[in-house]
Amino acid sequence: MSGHSEHTPAACPLPVKIVVSGGFGVGKTTLIGAISEIEPLTTEAAMTEVSVGVDDTTVLPDKSTTTVAFDFGRITLDSSYVLYMFGTPGQERFSFLWDDVSDGALGAILLVDTRRIEDCYPVIDYFEERGTPFVVAVNTFDGADRFETEEVREALGVSSGTKIVHCDARNRASVKGVLVELIENVLLQHDSRHSSDTEAPERLVTG
Amino acid sequence: MIPGLESHDAWSAARRQEPVATGSEDAGDSFVRPFIVTGGRTAPRNGGLRVDTLVRARAGAAESALEFERLSIVRLCAERALSVAEVAVGIGVPLGVARILIADLIAENLLDHQESTALSGHAIERIRDLVRAL
Repeated sequence: MSGHSEHTPAACPLPVKIVVSGGFGVGKTTLIGAISEIEPLTTEAAMTEVSVGVDDTTVLPDKSTTTVAFDFGRITLDSSYVLYMFGTPGQERFSFLWDDVSDGALGAILLVDTRRIEDCYPVIDYFEERGTPFVVAVNTFDGADRFETEEVREALGVSSGTKIVHCDARNRASVKGVLVELIENVLLQHDSRHSSDTEAPERLVTG
Repeated sequence: MIPGLESHDAWSAARRQEPVATGSEDAGDSFVRPFIVTGGRTAPRNGGLRVDTLVRARAGAAESALEFERLSIVRLCAERALSVAEVAVGIGVPLGVARILIADLIAENLLDHQESTALSGHAIERIRDLVRAL
């Protein structure tokens, strides 16, 4: 978060994190696996007591433990940067995870299944409030109706500034395209933020 | 004498305390409860480590007198930097447990770490180009 970089060990590249959010079964792990250099890994996070209290267990009838799993993948870009993609469930009952996964993220991909578009509303609000740059990626499932971009935009209630792309989460080139769109978007937000202020000195990463 | 002895004592002392019991009775767990390995602590000493923070063992760290999980972590990231999340998976513990153990090892100067930082426009462009070239 704030300046806590007393040393820059040459041994450690800089992590770059991208969040992949979306409802259950939308294809987050598929998308991560399509481009990750490792098989997506699954880690478990424990819910805090506060979130246990608000967690609606009626939605998850088999739930017997207070943990939730999330998947992630890794792409070594070069010796200076390692990109991580963390999948996080988009439903509000998992919002306790969002801060954990989103802190320090470069941006987010919101993966959308047009059959269950309402799963995305809370996480859109969340990214917008935090100012996290995100792109909407509509996963074009076999057999799923293909909606026009503007129909999706209207259904999601996102502004014209939010990029909406169609993708095939199984396809590496398609996923790569989504990542590039996202990073372009991050750049745009970065430029608009920094064009007016005096350029703050930022750490340069050499390598 | 033995590197890390003081922290080991503290660790052992903390371990004698009762592990957190709230809300875990109905879980039906038959395995070692996750926070046993952290001595019952559920929060790291100093702040939180992000899931993507990279850690790497310092030279000679693997020769220190360390306990099971702590030794596993140091060995795991001796060759290359790994994220906190990868370490958690690698040693088979939940994320919260890995965070505490890693924070301790950083405090004891056995691990280096690198957190994500705000990037310059130039760095973002570079990352975009690297992704495009994948």
